[in-house]
Amino acid sequence: MEKIHKPLDFILAFKGAFVASIIALLLFGPIMGLVLSGYDYQAELQRPLIAAVVVFVGRFLFSLLFQFAQHEPRLQWMLPRKTASVWVEGEQVESKQSVRLFSAMTAITVLTLTGQFWLSVAGGVVLYLLLSRLGKRKHQVMVALVVILGLLMPFFATKFWLTVLIAALIYVLLGLGLNIVVGFAGLLDLGFVAFYAVGAYGYGLGHEYLGLSFWAALPLGALMAACFGAILGFPVLRMHGDYLAIVTLGFGEIIRLVLNNWTEFTHGPNGVSAIPPPTLFGLEFSRIPKQGGTPFHEFFGISYDSSFRYIFIYLILFIIVSLMIAVVTRLRNMPIGRAWEALREDEIACRSLGINHVTVKLSAFSMGAMVGGLAGVFFAAYQGFINPSSFTFFESALILAIVVLGGLGSTVGVIIAAFILTILPETLRYLATELPKAIDSMSDYLPSFLHNTLSTLSDGLGDIGSYRVLIFGVCMVLMMIWRPRGLLPIQRRAYHLDKPGDAK
Amino acid sequence: MTTPLPLLSVSSLMMQFGGILALNDVSFGVAPNSITALIGPNGAGKTTVFNCITGFYRATNGVITLYGREKDTNIGQIIGEKLSVVDFIQPKILLRKLYYKMFGGSHLAARSGVARTFQNIRLFKDMTSLENLLVAQHTQVNRNLLSGLFKTPSFNRAEQLALENAYHWLSVCGLADDANRLAGELPYGHQRRLEIARAMCTKPTLICLDEPAAGLNPNETEALSVLIHTLKNDYHVTVLLIEHDMGLVMSISDHVVVLDHGEVIAMGSPDSVKNDPAVISAYLGIEEEAANS
Amino acid sequence: MDSFIIGQQLVNGITLGAIYGLIAVGYTMVYGIIGMINFAHGDIYMVSAYLGAIFLAVITFFGIDSVVLALIITLLFTIVFTALYGWSVERIAYRPLRGSTRLAPLISAIGMSLILQNYVQLSQGARNQGFPALVEGSVRVGDGAQFFQVTYLQMIIVVTAFVSMGILTYVIHKTSLGRACRATQQDPMMAEVLGINTDRIISIVFVLGAIMAAVAGILVSLNYGSFDFYIGFITGIKAFTAAVLGGIGSLPGAILGGLILGMSESLFSGFVNTDYKDVFAFGLLIVVLIFKPSGLLGKPEIEKV
Repeated sequence: MEKIHKPLDFILAFKGAFVASIIALLLFGPIMGLVLSGYDYQAELQRPLIAAVVVFVGRFLFSLLFQFAQHEPRLQWMLPRKTASVWVEGEQVESKQSVRLFSAMTAITVLTLTGQFWLSVAGGVVLYLLLSRLGKRKHQVMVALVVILGLLMPFFATKFWLTVLIAALIYVLLGLGLNIVVGFAGLLDLGFVAFYAVGAYGYGLGHEYLGLSFWAALPLGALMAACFGAILGFPVLRMHGDYLAIVTLGFGEIIRLVLNNWTEFTHGPNGVSAIPPPTLFGLEFSRIPKQGGTPFHEFFGISYDSSFRYIFIYLILFIIVSLMIAVVTRLRNMPIGRAWEALREDEIACRSLGINHVTVKLSAFSMGAMVGGLAGVFFAAYQGFINPSSFTFFESALILAIVVLGGLGSTVGVIIAAFILTILPETLRYLATELPKAIDSMSDYLPSFLHNTLSTLSDGLGDIGSYRVLIFGVCMVLMMIWRPRGLLPIQRRAYHLDKPGDAK
Repeated sequence: MTTPLPLLSVSSLMMQFGGILALNDVSFGVAPNSITALIGPNGAGKTTVFNCITGFYRATNGVITLYGREKDTNIGQIIGEKLSVVDFIQPKILLRKLYYKMFGGSHLAARSGVARTFQNIRLFKDMTSLENLLVAQHTQVNRNLLSGLFKTPSFNRAEQLALENAYHWLSVCGLADDANRLAGELPYGHQRRLEIARAMCTKPTLICLDEPAAGLNPNETEALSVLIHTLKNDYHVTVLLIEHDMGLVMSISDHVVVLDHGEVIAMGSPDSVKNDPAVISAYLGIEEEAANS
Repeated sequence: MDSFIIGQQLVNGITLGAIYGLIAVGYTMVYGIIGMINFAHGDIYMVSAYLGAIFLAVITFFGIDSVVLALIITLLFTIVFTALYGWSVERIAYRPLRGSTRLAPLISAIGMSLILQNYVQLSQGARNQGFPALVEGSVRVGDGAQFFQVTYLQMIIVVTAFVSMGILTYVIHKTSLGRACRATQQDPMMAEVLGINTDRIISIVFVLGAIMAAVAGILVSLNYGSFDFYIGFITGIKAFTAAVLGGIGSLPGAILGGLILGMSESLFSGFVNTDYKDVFAFGLLIVVLIFKPSGLLGKPEIEKV
């Protein structure tokens, strides 16, 4: 069949871009161009102009790209798609070249954190080869590799990256929890941070008033969060979906406001401090024992290292996260998981089948809350200090962004998104401090204009942290326009009868 | 009403939406192990009757009773009645009403043995056919969280049974080849049959089919009528259906109830209904001429 | 209890309630027409407060001394630009999502809300901004030590709010544009068939909501004299509470809900506890949604099976 090549309509693209840039100029003009100072203002008119030019160029190029992509089969993936791409297990066995390459690149990037360049390249190559050779057992081997790699990681990583990894794993946990609620059961929970706070304060205050240890707080915090989820959920889960969103949002704020204002009990904005890190059968990871045990390094007769503590937290967290991933994967193929997904697809049909939609939703809600509570306990133990400002609506939005960008309902997606959203800003900040040094050391060999450009760029990287929220917001909107059902295709399990029975 | 003890009795059902009276004093009975058809022109209130029977709507007035295998169920009661002033001096009734207000709902109607299909197919489109049927067996499988997580033998057995049951119903409905296909991707006729299979997986005593033949071609309609007979004869369920295809209605029904403007205008055997002047004038006149020509 | 203190709290409450009502209109209209909570609406209101302060500063710079003239010009400019923001938000974050999944518009609305907050924060700085006290003076009711006062500003706020609501009600109920809006609300598909450009109507609804939010933004700045990039969030939820309380989808309901919420919040902070007044408002939201989700003046929803 002959392909029809429609000429690109430059006029149309130009018109669209022109209108968009005029609107952008009007929108950005006052807010970006006139900065309030007192009752007066300072004109910074170049800023809206630059923004409008960016909008013009961006809109123009996008318009051309989309016109082109519409008639080019290989570029179809660029176009927005509202429906999910779902496929049933067994239809597609071979992993694609791109998937293999992507996994290898990811492995290299992750391994670079250890600071051993050649090791990371070797790891990537091995992974690529394994993926292309393994065929059917690929899945198990991959999982085993990731687990081994994750367990070995802390012994290579620097202390800085170790703390970043711990933060990332806490977000993975939060993402997994919220994914049960939003991704599986389709309930938009905008107050997820409340359960995170319940877990964190459960440990912090539990330690202060009742002397709870980390190991006691871990199950109790999770249980308490689950109870909170159930108590909130029972009355509100009958509501219309949008109402649920706003009620959970209100609930999250109520928890934060109470933590902030009930100063006699929670110390208000000052928060709870001196929360002890976990111990290993009573062995402490501090230089001087604070909880009345023996320090780890004395017991084993090795010299003290402050990163022991982080390595230990990391390892527990890693194990819990792995368990949680296993649990979530099992849940999907259990009656309750199937009911969650069915409920997301069609609540009325579910009710006609005798499924009590309130209790099924409640189970998803409290299960998610429980995972959030777990994450909270870890957060308190790792930081040693908590206050209400860690539990604002923004935190809920960030967790939601992780779930959304991971593709609602996809466990792998959530893990990747959590890592990207927490490690990327840190990486950029790290680069922002390291790059100028590297650029300066090269200044003798580089032409001066190139040197200047590079310096400006690396300076800009340092500011990226303040653009974080903006970038999340943009990603959420774009994701909903482009792929509301997630980037990764959804895989469904195929069921077969063990013995050839009455079904032919 | 031919048998002394019906399976389902609807008496003085009234339904009001705002100022509109959708149903007025509708009473009829469904005999056990029979096929009853509910017919009437568009807007006569047939689907509203269905929604009341399956517990989706709370009737303004009237009683619907299902005389089930083990016990009788008052559908209006289990979906949560409105509280009235006198309830506050009758603590027992008050407690019962509060209980059903908190935990009741249309799912209890389904659990008491009423299954249904929908006029606009409501399948779980992004799930496979088998998964649709597994979800329907939710109340029968092992739902214990821990036994599921650890894959205990009893859990595996229950899952295996559910799977066998699902495959069984797929083959009864002629969908065995579609087991692991996404429900949303099936051809229209298959989707209709999958919905029936899904309803049957809940082990109902009464199955309510809302326009099962809508959009089917003559061959598919023929297959459907065979299937409905199979349900009645081999699986001993009672069938209540809404249908516009008069050929189908007249050939398979034991009993026909005719609704018009929210009121029952006739009921009886297909032949007696066919010759009822009220029905002919309201609705069947055109059908008759077409049949005679 | 001192009736004058109650009187004072009620006056403050009515002022606050009128503002909630103005913002609630935006939620209620959008919800009525596309059945979706416009999470970014609170931030539109926040943007309008900034726009108001900026335009006032510019006008002062051009040497317009008359307070009335300055305020009217500021109000007009703010309305126009805020309306543009409302239109753009709909165009970017909602229109491309028609016919998508149920969660998609909610999530993109939250994204939009984050974008607006961070954009204003980055452009204008995170610090509190001030708005000059342009209207001073008050009327005292009572004598000697026992009195409560109604400031001229509070009167202006209540009158402006009611006049704006009146104009809006007129537009919705008496003009052909309003008829098209109501038709789209009842049945978008049918309205489309009858030749109504529903996309345009939805845009107009967003614009009308933004205009009301702009009026509220200016009034709040005048009354409290300071604002920051975060005000849209809390006020937004409260205005939504007001909309739900009055019955979502109903215009008089929005103003009624706003007044009830404003007064009860004011009484609560006056007689019970100021720190927990937000908790009270959110608690009220939860209670209303559980026991009377259709609100005071809303129509009960019939589930379509």
